[in-house]
Amino acid sequence: MHPTDKKLTSTQMQDAEIVNERTGEKWVYSEIVKDHFFHPRNLLLEDPQEGQFDAVGIVGSPACGDVMKIWIKVDPTTDRIADLKWQTFGCGSAIASTSMFSVMCTEDGGIQLTNALQIKPQHVMERLAGLPNRKIHCSVLADKAFRKAANEYFRASGQHQRVIVEHARVVDDRLNITDKDIEEAVLEGAQTLEDVQRKLKVGVGNPDAIPEIEQLIRFYHEKYYG
Amino acid sequence: MDTSRTVYLDHAATTPTDPRVVVAMAPYFTEEYGNPSSLYAAGRRAKRALDEARAGIARVLVCAPEELLFTASGTESDNMAVLGVARAYAGRGKHLVTTAIEHHAVLNPVEHLAKHEGFSATVLPVDEDGRVTPEQVVASLREDTVLVSVMYANNEIGTIQPIAAIARAIHQWKEAHGRKRADAPFLHTDACQATGFLDLDVQRLGVDLLTINGSKCYGPKGIGVLFKRRGVKLEPLVFGGGQEQRLRSGTENVAGAVGFAAALAIAAEEREAECTRLTELRDWFINEIQARVPKIVLNGHPTERLPNNINVSVLDIEGEAMLLYLDAHGIAAATGSACDSQTLDPSHVILAIGRPYEYAHASIRFTMGRQTTREDLAYVLDQLPPITERLRAISPVRLEMHAKKTIGSGASSETAKALLGQRPHWETKQ
Repeated sequence: MHPTDKKLTSTQMQDAEIVNERTGEKWVYSEIVKDHFFHPRNLLLEDPQEGQFDAVGIVGSPACGDVMKIWIKVDPTTDRIADLKWQTFGCGSAIASTSMFSVMCTEDGGIQLTNALQIKPQHVMERLAGLPNRKIHCSVLADKAFRKAANEYFRASGQHQRVIVEHARVVDDRLNITDKDIEEAVLEGAQTLEDVQRKLKVGVGNPDAIPEIEQLIRFYHEKYYG
Repeated sequence: MDTSRTVYLDHAATTPTDPRVVVAMAPYFTEEYGNPSSLYAAGRRAKRALDEARAGIARVLVCAPEELLFTASGTESDNMAVLGVARAYAGRGKHLVTTAIEHHAVLNPVEHLAKHEGFSATVLPVDEDGRVTPEQVVASLREDTVLVSVMYANNEIGTIQPIAAIARAIHQWKEAHGRKRADAPFLHTDACQATGFLDLDVQRLGVDLLTINGSKCYGPKGIGVLFKRRGVKLEPLVFGGGQEQRLRSGTENVAGAVGFAAALAIAAEEREAECTRLTELRDWFINEIQARVPKIVLNGHPTERLPNNINVSVLDIEGEAMLLYLDAHGIAAATGSACDSQTLDPSHVILAIGRPYEYAHASIRFTMGRQTTREDLAYVLDQLPPITERLRAISPVRLEMHAKKTIGSGASSETAKALLGQRPHWETKQ
């Protein structure tokens, strides 16, 4: 185990953070992030063998700049993660956060699937001693890919009641516009932010949501027309 | 990792200030600190220094000193040209023409005018090398066109535009439409990246407005110039004491102007030799990287490009990850990846030349400068293959070369299939 894989005390975390004294904003990667970026744990560097894993999950798209793929092997008697490997096409933040996610799932002899499914991006970020604000967005793939892999495992092992169904998610919190709304707008022919705005008045409520909405438009456009 | 060596290959972002420029500027901080608007001796000496700087820059641009306005940056000069001309001639017409690969310092004011001040804008597409043609420009001109803004050389891919030919075509159009040289439409060019590499003679170029700045040509940061041909009217953006012919108020940056003039004089003198040296290095580097690393795509024109610019897409790799590895080896470069931008948008220039999003995320720009040696480039060429190999081993993406423009078509069919029918990966930012 690498020294930085250990859970951190709050003082250690403060030491590792680099914070702009005036704005309080973290602006560069912490030492832990750099360590995981340059020495990613649990990478799958060769094609998996037949039977090596129980399930695989892939999310993201090259057009959006991130693709994440996670393989899992589960011990059926204990429900613990016996092995977890990953690959990513992504920036430093995506690589480091997935590496840390893989450590959190496999530490202490592998945690149980139920617990692993509780790991959220902010838990990974805490263990990484934070990420620069504008990079948080890039670090949210690992748990999504993992959930897909877990669902595949649940279905394959007949545990249908455990499959996690995803719901629509609010993108613009002021107008309560969800990713589903944007998907529908794209299906109705919207191609640009302006098109979607005309249909939904989205982005008028919360300007901060615009970059994400643009990515959603690109994503759904690729999905249906790419 | 090896951080003993540092190789700065981001001269398109900014250049170091030439020590000779620093020497020229030095007296204007603590000794000659007078305000050029003041009547007494110290003020007059500052005024003289400012006049001499202006005259020096005018010699390089082959214009009258009164045709030059000092600003604080290339961005300000671009804004002043676009907003200033558009507003001054709004009574004549409200149509603007620009290109899809302009710097945001031009695109954003154009967008602002279109959104908030009732202008319409034609944004010309470029070909796969990033060029526009004079025919395209002329075809876009209308009776109500007041300004055309086409950059001289692109900051990302280095592609050089045929500015003199575009100017000639506009002049012919004006003549055919019974307009004088001093009538709209006018031609502005952003020449910030061209400085030190291309001919800045505004008579030969035939432009009406031209933007340059200090920090791209070994001068100081915080100083820009807008050339504005005599007779072209501008609405000011900054109001106050009436400096710079009442067009740009604010106490003049005397040290900056002196430094900029010194830097430009040096750049003009060294231009030819430096262009020859860098063109040779550029072509060698591009050949070598394509020979040593598989799946490399050159972005920009192969020959009509700035001598110092190398821009390639390293397929299957995300640009920011590449920059971090290069940085760990002491190499400074730039990327068009969304992950390296504040807006999360990938480079509009790489997209405009018809490359898929994946290519933009994978683009790396190396821009050489005076200090760049063949040894520096050889070092980079040694580091690149292992870094690329490692990042490709991490990546589940396998792009096919020569992908078409369609969004997402660059992904291999296997990846594309795996991605179909799924929901997006970014979720609640709790």
